Amino acid sequence: MMEMPIVPFLIIFPVIMACLMFVARAENVRRVLAFSGAVVIMAGSVVLAVQWFMNGSKLMTLYVETEVADHCILAAEILLMCVVTFLSFKYRKYWVCLLSIIPTCAMVWYELSGSKGLAPEDVMVRSDGIGLLSGVVGEYHIYIDRLSVLMCLIVGVIGGLIAIYAIGYMQGYHNHHKDVEDRSYYFMTILFLFLGAMFGFVLSESLLWIDFFWELTSVCSFLLIGYTREEEAIHNSFRALWMNLFGGCALAVGILYFALQYGTVSLHVLVAMGEAKEFGAATIAVALIAFAALTKAAQLPFSTWLIGAMVAPTPSSALLHSATMVKAGIYVLFRLSPAMHGTTTEAMIAFVGGFTFLATSLMAIAQSDGKTILAFSTISNLGLMVACAGVGHPETIWAGVFLMIFHAISKSLLFQDVGATENSLHSRDVEDMHGLIYILPRLGMFMFIGIAGMFLAPFGMLISKWSALRASVDERNIILVLFIVFGSATTSLYWTKWMGKLVSHTHLTEAKMNDVTKPTETLSLSVHAVLMVLLCMLFPLLSSIYVNPLIKEMFGKATGVLPDNILVVLVAIILLVFAVPIISFVYSRKMTFNRKGAYMNGVNTGDDRSFVDSFGERKTLWLSNHYYKDLVGSRKLMKPSQIFTVSVLIVMLVIIIGGAIV
Amino acid sequence: MSMTEIILVVCYILFAPLLGGLLDGIDRKISARMQRRVGPPLLQPFYDVVKLFSKQVIIVSRSQIFFLLSYFVLIVLTGAMFFAGTDILLCFFVMSTGATFLYFAGMVTSTPYSTMGANRELLQMLAYEPAVLLTCVGFYLAEGTFNVSEIATSKYSAILYLPGFFIAFVFILTIKMRKSPFDLSTSHHMHQELVKGLTTEMGARNLAIFQVTEWYENVFLLGVVGLYIVNASYYSLIAVVLVVLFTFFLEILIDNTSARVKWDTMLKLSWGVTIFTAGINLIILMIIK
Amino acid sequence: MANIKRSPWLLHYDGSSCNGCDIEVLACLTPIYDAERFGVMNTGDPMQADILLITGGINAQNQPTVKQLYEQMPRPKVVVAVGVCACTGGVFKECYNILGGADTTIPVDIYVPGCAARPQAIIDGIVKAVDLFQKRLEEHYEKKRGQGGNEVSANG
Repeated sequence: MMEMPIVPFLIIFPVIMACLMFVARAENVRRVLAFSGAVVIMAGSVVLAVQWFMNGSKLMTLYVETEVADHCILAAEILLMCVVTFLSFKYRKYWVCLLSIIPTCAMVWYELSGSKGLAPEDVMVRSDGIGLLSGVVGEYHIYIDRLSVLMCLIVGVIGGLIAIYAIGYMQGYHNHHKDVEDRSYYFMTILFLFLGAMFGFVLSESLLWIDFFWELTSVCSFLLIGYTREEEAIHNSFRALWMNLFGGCALAVGILYFALQYGTVSLHVLVAMGEAKEFGAATIAVALIAFAALTKAAQLPFSTWLIGAMVAPTPSSALLHSATMVKAGIYVLFRLSPAMHGTTTEAMIAFVGGFTFLATSLMAIAQSDGKTILAFSTISNLGLMVACAGVGHPETIWAGVFLMIFHAISKSLLFQDVGATENSLHSRDVEDMHGLIYILPRLGMFMFIGIAGMFLAPFGMLISKWSALRASVDERNIILVLFIVFGSATTSLYWTKWMGKLVSHTHLTEAKMNDVTKPTETLSLSVHAVLMVLLCMLFPLLSSIYVNPLIKEMFGKATGVLPDNILVVLVAIILLVFAVPIISFVYSRKMTFNRKGAYMNGVNTGDDRSFVDSFGERKTLWLSNHYYKDLVGSRKLMKPSQIFTVSVLIVMLVIIIGGAIV
Repeated sequence: MSMTEIILVVCYILFAPLLGGLLDGIDRKISARMQRRVGPPLLQPFYDVVKLFSKQVIIVSRSQIFFLLSYFVLIVLTGAMFFAGTDILLCFFVMSTGATFLYFAGMVTSTPYSTMGANRELLQMLAYEPAVLLTCVGFYLAEGTFNVSEIATSKYSAILYLPGFFIAFVFILTIKMRKSPFDLSTSHHMHQELVKGLTTEMGARNLAIFQVTEWYENVFLLGVVGLYIVNASYYSLIAVVLVVLFTFFLEILIDNTSARVKWDTMLKLSWGVTIFTAGINLIILMIIK
Repeated sequence: MANIKRSPWLLHYDGSSCNGCDIEVLACLTPIYDAERFGVMNTGDPMQADILLITGGINAQNQPTVKQLYEQMPRPKVVVAVGVCACTGGVFKECYNILGGADTTIPVDIYVPGCAARPQAIIDGIVKAVDLFQKRLEEHYEKKRGQGGNEVSANG
C-alpha cells in the first residue's frame, strides 16, 4: 500500500494556516500569507488529483494504524464540545450545548471503551455471497476514489479562490460597514480551518472521523455567521448551530448504532451492507445518516438556517453556505446512494429533496435581496441534488455530480460578485442593480455569466437538470418528475427576472460608478468565469473521462447518460450561443440608427426617465420587477412547507426504523 | 443525419416564414369572417413585414436589436433541431433560452410599457413551461425516446398514449401563440394590450424581425402538434395536416370567443390544466408502460 | 421597391374633440366599413404607425404631446386631420384655449372635413394618405441612395 503524504498535508496545512492567520495580526503580513497559503492549497488539491491519476486512478485505502491521529481527533472533539458549551453559555442559549455534549460524550465513550465488537472478517462472513466486501482488508481511515478526488478539487480550487477573494473583500467590507469591529484575522482563521475540516471530511473513510469533521464544519459555519456579533447575527448563528448539531446527533446515533451492532465504523462496509438490504441496523444507520445530510444540505424543514446565514460576510456565504459545506450533505448522500436505492429511505430523501426544490424556488421569486435569492436558489438546487442522490440510480447520480460541479462554480462566482457589487454599490438589492452592466460593467458581466450558468442552455446546470428529469422518468418516480418540471419553470423565472434587471438601461443619468473591487477579488472572479465557460465546453469530455468512470466505481456499471448525437448537438449549440452575440454585435454596429424617446403617451420629458403628470409636473419613472409576495412569499410558504416536511420525515423515519427493527 | 432530415431542415429554414405568414393571413381572414367582416387580403402579413423592413429605423436602445437577433437565431435553431430529428427536450430548452432573449429585448429599453409587457412575458413563460416539459416526458414515456425522428417513426401515434398531454399542450399553445384570453404580454393584429406591450419600443425592422421569428416559432409549435399524430405510416401525414389545421382553427376560435384574463387567472388555469390532464395521463402511463 | 400601399398602420390621436369624429373613426373598423380590407390596422404605438390620424383641435395642453407623438413616428409618415376641428379648429376655434387646427403644430397632409366626418370620407382620406405615403417612401429611398445609402446597405 503506498502512502500519499499529500493527504495529511491537505488536512493539516490549512489548520497550520489557520493558526498563522490567528497569530499574524499585521495586515500586510497576513495578506501575503493568506494569498500564498491559498495558492498552496489549490496546488495541493491539484497535486492530489494528479498523483492519484498517475497511480492509475484506482481506489486507494490508506492509514490502517492511526493511533496518534485518533487520539488527536478525540482531543479536538472534546475541545470542540467545550467551545460550543462556552459560547452557548456566553450567549445564554444553554440548551444548544446539549446537542453537542450528548453525541460527543457518546462518541468518546465508544472510542475509549474500545468495544470494537466484531472484526471486519466476521462481517465478511456474515455477508457472504454478496462479494461486496472483498476489497476490505482492515480498518483503514482514508479512502480515495473519484468522488473524493472531485470533492477535493472543488474544495481546494474554489476554496482557495474564495480565500484569495476574501483578502480583498474584507478590506472593502470594513470600509462599507464601519460599525463592525475589524476582526479579519479571525475570519481568515476560521476560513482556513474550515478548508482543513472539509478536506478531512471528504477523504475520511472512518465514520468516527467523518463525524468529527462534520461537527467541525458545523462549528466553523456557526462562528462565521456570528462574525459581526450583532444581535441578528448571533441569533441566526445559533439557529444554524442547533440545526446542524441536531443533524450531527442523528449522524452520531446512526454511526454508534451501526458500530455497536457490527463492530465496524467503515463507511463502505455500511454502504455495502445497506445495499445487501438484509441488515436492519445498517438500514437504520443509513436512514439516520441521510437524515443528518438533510440538515447539512439545508433541506426543508431545516432551510431557515441557510437563509439566516446570509448575514455573514460574503466569502463565508460563498464557501460554506453554497459551494462546499452544504455539499457535504450531498456528498454523504452520494456515498450512501447505492444503499438507499429501492428502500423507503430513497422515497423519503427523494421526496424531501424534490419538494424543497419546488417550494424554495417558489419562495425565491418573492425575494429582492441578492444574497437571499442566492440562498433560496442554493437550497433549491441542493434539493434537486438531494433528490438525485435519493433516487440512487446511476443516471441520477451522474446528473447530481454534474449539478454539484456546475453549481459550486457558478454559485461561488455569483456570491463573490454580489459581495463585490455590494461594496461598490452599497446595496445588494436586485432592484438597485438596474442597469448594472452599464454602471459597473465588469461586475455586471460576471454576474450575467454566473446567472446564465445557472439556468440557460447550453450551460451545465440545464443539461444536468435534463438528465435528472430523464432519470426520474426512468425510475417511474412520478412525484419527482412533477417537482422537477414545475421547479425548473419557477427557477427560470427568478433568474430571468434578475438578469433582465442587469441589462435594463439605467435609471441614473450619470454613467459609471466607482468600482472599488480589489485586484484579488477580480482575480478570483475571472478565474471562476473562465472555469465556468471552459467546463461548459469540455462538458462532454468531462462526462466520458471522469464522471462515467465515477459512476462505474460506485455502482459497478457504467451508463452512457448522454447519447453521442446529443453531445454533437450540444457542442453545436455552445458554439452558436457564443457566436450569436458576436455576430449580432458586429451586425448591429454597422447599422445606423436614429434615436427616439421612449413611448410615454406623448408626455416624455425628453430624457426617457421622467414624464409630465396631469398637474403638469415632472414625475420620475422608476421601474421595478414583480415579486408576487402575496402569492409565493416565504412568510406565506415557509411555515406550511416546514410543517409538511416535518410530518413527512417523522412518518417516514418511523416506518423505516420500525420496519428495520421488526 | 439522413437525407430526408437535411431536406426537412432546409425546407424549414426557407419556407417556415412563408408558411407562418400564410397561416397568419388565414388567421386574420378567418377572424374577420367570424366578426362578419371581409378582412384583409390573405397576403396581408407579408405586406406588413415588407413595409416594416423598408421604414426608417428608429430605436430607443441600441442593444435591443442584438437581443432580438439572438432570439431570432435561437428560435430558428429550435425549429431546425426539431426537424432534424434531435432530442425534443433540448429543442424546448433552446426555445426557452430564445424566449429569455426576447424578454431581455423588452427589458433593455427600460421604458414603462415595454417593461410591463416583458414582465408579463415572463409570467407566460412560467405558465407554459411545465406543460412543455411534460410534453417531452410524455413522448419519452410513450415511445421510450426523446429523439424526434424515432418518435415520428414509431408504430403508433403518440396521441394514443398521450391524450391528456395533448390537451395540456394545446392549452398552452394559446399562450405561446399570443391568442386571447392569454395575450397578456403583447397582442396580435388589431388588439392593443399595454399599448403594444413587449413590442411597444420595437418599430420598423426590429418589429419585422420579431414578426418573422414568431412565424418560425408557430410553425415549430404546430410541428410539435403534428408529432403527436405522426407515425411510421405515410397515411398518418394526412392526419397530421388535418389535426394541425384543426388545432390552428381551434386557437382562432378561442381567440375570437374569449376575453383577456388577468395574469393570475392565466397562471392558475394553465398550471391547473397541466396538472389535471397531463398529470393524470402521466400516472396512467407510468402504470401501464 | 416595396409596395407598402397595402399596409397602412394608424395612430389615432384625439385632441380636444367632441368625440364625434372618434366614434366615426372607430366605425371605420366595424363590419360595415371594415377598413382592414385595405390592411388598415389601428396600432396605439407611434413607433409602429405610418399614418397619424388626428381628431379635434389643438389646445395649449396637448400641443407638446401631439408634437412628440409625431416625432416618435418613423419616416415616411403622413398626417390626416379628421373632422373640421382638426382641420381648422371648427366651432371651438374662438375658445380661449384652442390654438387652431392640427396644422398649427405639425404638417398636415390630408384634410378630411365634416362634423362629424363620415366613415366613407375617413376611409377616402386614409386611401389618399396611403398614396402619399407610397410616394414619400420612394422619395425617402431616392434620397438615401443619393447619400450613399447608409441604411439601405445595412439592410443587406
